[in-house]
Amino acid sequence: MKWALVATVVGCTALADLLQSFEMKRHVVAVEDLRPGRLGRMLAGLARRGPLVLAVFFMAISFFAFMKLLSVADLAFAVPVTAASVVLETVLAKLVLKETVTVKRWAGACLVACGVALLAM
Amino acid sequence: MAAGRAVDLKTKLLTLFVVATNVLGNVSMSWGMKHQNAELGLSPLAYIRLIFSPWVLLGTMLLILWLLSRMTLLGWADLSYVLPVTAIGYVLTAILGKYFLGEEISYQGWAGTGLIVAGIILVGLTRPNTTGSEQRR
Repeated sequence: MKWALVATVVGCTALADLLQSFEMKRHVVAVEDLRPGRLGRMLAGLARRGPLVLAVFFMAISFFAFMKLLSVADLAFAVPVTAASVVLETVLAKLVLKETVTVKRWAGACLVACGVALLAM
Repeated sequence: MAAGRAVDLKTKLLTLFVVATNVLGNVSMSWGMKHQNAELGLSPLAYIRLIFSPWVLLGTMLLILWLLSRMTLLGWADLSYVLPVTAIGYVLTAILGKYFLGEEISYQGWAGTGLIVAGIILVGLTRPNTTGSEQRR
């Protein structure tokens, strides 16, 4: 049960981030659109993009699975294991999104994941 | 190259905004949840009242801004850049939690903070976008 929830949280977070990264790079939001007056229009524009809606759906699943995980496990267990998603997502960013992941990035991602784990325990 | 540098600066400013809305949103939410008067039972009314309490409302709005700015940032920079760099949020949340919410940070917590900062410096040294429109393969 515990590990199934961990897998759900990590898997859905990774899927949501991959979908967002993929879709947001297809149509990049311009700096001008970030002005407060245009925020509503920007939100409406984003809400019409299928992959982003799907990403929010996966984020919601991940959020509720995390809540459920907290009810069967301690925070000191839940946050560190889900921090592993930083490393998993870096692997997927290289394989799926074809990003250039240098040694510095690998090392950075591993340090961050370990750090988050320590901070939460 | 100057254009590339301007793009990097824009990306870094947006990264700061993403981190700020995330941390302030979380602290505001946490403050609102801890300082609510009513006991949360099963009644949906209590939850609705809680959602419209000022701190929780502020937190919700900040977290919506966080979601939107993070999506925009994912368009501007690599996922393998955004994830480690925005992890500074964990550190800031812990520090704000210590000073404003009276939460404790252990030695282990400080060690974790050090690792996160070291990791962020490493990733921060790389170019934010390796797949963007300016560099087509």
